[in-house]
Amino acid sequence: MKLQEYTESKYNFEECMKCTICTAYCPVLQVNPLYPGPKQAGPDGERLRLKDPFFFNYALKYCLNCKRCEVACPSGVKVADLIQSARIRYDHSKPKLRDRILASTDFMGSLARPFAPMVNGVTKMGVTKAVLDGTMKIDKNRTFPKYSGRSFEAWLKRQAPAQAAFPEQVAYYHGCYVNYNYPQLGKDLVKVLNALGVGVQLLDKEKCCGIAMITNGMSQQATRHARHNVAVIGAAAAKGLKVVTTSSTCTLTLRDEYPGLLGVENQVVRDSLLMATRFIYEKLEKGAQLRFRPDFHKRIAYHTPCHLEKLGWGIFSEKLLRMIPGVEFTMLDSNCCGIAGTYGFKKENYAASQAIGAPLFEQIRNVNPDVVACDCETCKWQIEMSTQYPVANPISILAEALE
Amino acid sequence: MKFNTVIIGGGLCGLTCGIALQKAGRSTAIISTGQNALHFFSGSFESLTEAPARMADLFGEAGIRLHYREGVRLMPLGTFRPAALSLEDISFFPKPKIGEKALIVSFKRYHDFFAAFLADGLEKQGVACRIEWLDLPELEQLEKSPSEMRSVQIARTMDRIWEKVVGEIRALVQDEDIIILPQVFGLKDTSVPIRIRESLPAQVVFVGTLPPSVPGIRTQMLLKRRYELLGGTYLTGDEATDAHVHEGRVHSIVTKNLDNHFLEADNFVLASGGFFSKGLKSNPFHIFEPVFGLDVEQAENRSDWYHPQFMHDQPYMAYGVKTDAALHALREGAPMQNLYAAGSVLGATRPEFGSGAGLAVRSALAVVDQILKTEAE
Ligand SMILES: Cc1cc2nc3c(=O)[nH]c(=O)nc-3n(C[C@H](O)[C@H](O)[C@H](O)COP(=O)(O)OP(=O)(O)OC[C@H]3O[C@@H](n4cnc5c(N)ncnc54)[C@H](O)[C@@H]3O)c2cc1C
Ligand code: SF4
Ligand code: SF4
Repeated sequence: MKLQEYTESKYNFEECMKCTICTAYCPVLQVNPLYPGPKQAGPDGERLRLKDPFFFNYALKYCLNCKRCEVACPSGVKVADLIQSARIRYDHSKPKLRDRILASTDFMGSLARPFAPMVNGVTKMGVTKAVLDGTMKIDKNRTFPKYSGRSFEAWLKRQAPAQAAFPEQVAYYHGCYVNYNYPQLGKDLVKVLNALGVGVQLLDKEKCCGIAMITNGMSQQATRHARHNVAVIGAAAAKGLKVVTTSSTCTLTLRDEYPGLLGVENQVVRDSLLMATRFIYEKLEKGAQLRFRPDFHKRIAYHTPCHLEKLGWGIFSEKLLRMIPGVEFTMLDSNCCGIAGTYGFKKENYAASQAIGAPLFEQIRNVNPDVVACDCETCKWQIEMSTQYPVANPISILAEALE
Repeated sequence: MKFNTVIIGGGLCGLTCGIALQKAGRSTAIISTGQNALHFFSGSFESLTEAPARMADLFGEAGIRLHYREGVRLMPLGTFRPAALSLEDISFFPKPKIGEKALIVSFKRYHDFFAAFLADGLEKQGVACRIEWLDLPELEQLEKSPSEMRSVQIARTMDRIWEKVVGEIRALVQDEDIIILPQVFGLKDTSVPIRIRESLPAQVVFVGTLPPSVPGIRTQMLLKRRYELLGGTYLTGDEATDAHVHEGRVHSIVTKNLDNHFLEADNFVLASGGFFSKGLKSNPFHIFEPVFGLDVEQAENRSDWYHPQFMHDQPYMAYGVKTDAALHALREGAPMQNLYAAGSVLGATRPEFGSGAGLAVRSALAVVDQILKTEAE
């Protein structure tokens, strides 16, 4: 009876029925002819690679790891996991300095933050950009995320006594972006949760989730981060705390990529970690109340980040935004914005990255909203740079709409 | 989370059902793991000759125009089938001799369109055929990865350059009265196939390619967009794994992504498709419905499930979930009060709804009527 179960491989590649549906949904295939596409790079290639690693194709590095192929596959093949795991298994080339720098988001953040105004100034300058473009192959057309002068962690530590006074507590995995680039999102979360009677704590020294390391060929470093994060999230869970997040990519990495790609067991994470939008929605559903400003009015277009679509939790962001009185809500079509973390920063990917995002940018211009809502920090950079529309996390919009 | 109706399966059946219910002011969610049979859609709704009440409106409002005329339509291998209600891409003819001379145009190094078979089939009917292959620099990009020179990728390019391509085709036409093209036009814009027809000097016929189907994906996109515009919640890539059932009523369903956040509803519709979509599954002993464990029509002995000749009609293709007259799904012989089954998951258990896409649409609308009627009572 169990024969079929026992013969199933980790990424299900033998379930592929060669229907080609995944190829219709891969954003890279639409713009980059060098990329073999999900079917070829995933299940078809796997069959060959298992025979002989010689068949590993270095063009797999063009995969964005957006997971759209997996979401579309009717047979449950883990196409993107197959591709990323093949890169981990077979690509032993050393990552370039540039990739190592782009991947080390927390290290970069802790270095850059004390000099924030200077770094921001320098990365804005044409000369610096030209140098980065020429020597590092970081595309000069990119606008860089700004570094904030004070980290979110430092801010929240000062609030600790006030936060501890709330009857209910959660821990917050804020990620590098909130800590170094945009503490305001973390502050917004604290405001909303406090309004629900929930205090916010830090974890015992979280590390970067490591997704950029995984996609830049640094899986060993990523595995060390994974073990550390599972341990600190486990410690919070042991104290009975839920752990909330505001970044869809960190969440997907912590929940799915750790066991899926790095082989790090993480049941405790799966049981205790959730997007803050889901946490808030579930509280409201159980009867908690938020009081909104009567004069709030916004036309919001919502973009579901690829990784949130994969998690399947976009529904909570959507429902929360629709719940705010005075919001006119438009759901944007399911499209990739093209940046995919560090991918779009690389000179060789810049053109592809912008071409992938073009249909999304066009739709945003047509809808002409007051603000684009989205739960991903890199989507925010990409959309703001490419459309001039402001982008805000649903949590920040909630915070703004509160009385 | 609570809805009026939760629909399992986001193919033609689930979307039709969802749109009709949203239009009637009900809150719905569709949950769908992976894409569906519309990605293989020929453009014709088998077993329908006219649009059932409301279908024309419902599709028209989504930007999908349908038509039908008695006669035949040309199939990808050069054979003919009786006409069926179709997207406007599809042409009908009074008889298989569709003209005097046909020009068949395809693209160099594109292998998913069978020009030679088409010519063969048409010549048997007395239609003289000429095949031309366009060599387009715009497709060179795609050729770098020959395994991906597929209908959808070509269609994306055609959305940009179709006017230029039409110009090249026009230059090829001699005295043909028929021009046959692969269905790679109008992925995003429904009007393109029609505009191509208007700009060429002979009757243009679009014929199916190997999957994915361009008109099928367009139909899926338009229906989904319409559904979301009406306020429906489409949970892409999630899977119903289990259900909470109490005394013949479904209280909520469990999904893979939402784990302990259950989806509650007054009504549930199972539109999970047939074997292809895993709405039905089998093991060596049984054919079963995996979410609710519903009763499935089937022969007792496995050896009776199939016919040893591959091309013969296969009995298992007719198997499906059993229902009562009002399409309530049966479990252990008893109808579930608020769970309906519709679309391919029914197999051929309800011949009055037809088969194929006709079954999907008709049974979806019948379920909607039943839900609204039960509510009114
Ligand atoms: C290859 C192929 C080609 C066809 N071509 C035609 C044609 O040209 N014309 C025609 O008239 N008919 C055609 N048919 C028949 C086709 O089945 C119907 O036309 C129709 O599209 C079926 O629609 P449906 O919504 O019932 O099922 P499907 O389109 O199969 O959709 C079912 C959906 O439910 C999802 N699902 C299944 N289980 C779960 C679960 N547990 N949780 C969540 N989601 C789930 C599946 O992933 C799928 O997306 C074709 C069928 C196949 C298989
Ligand atoms: S993960 Fe995204 S980029 Fe990579 S193959 Fe899949 S769809 Fe394409
Ligand atoms: S969609 Fe899934 S089954 Fe179809 S070709 Fe891609 S991996 Fe294979």
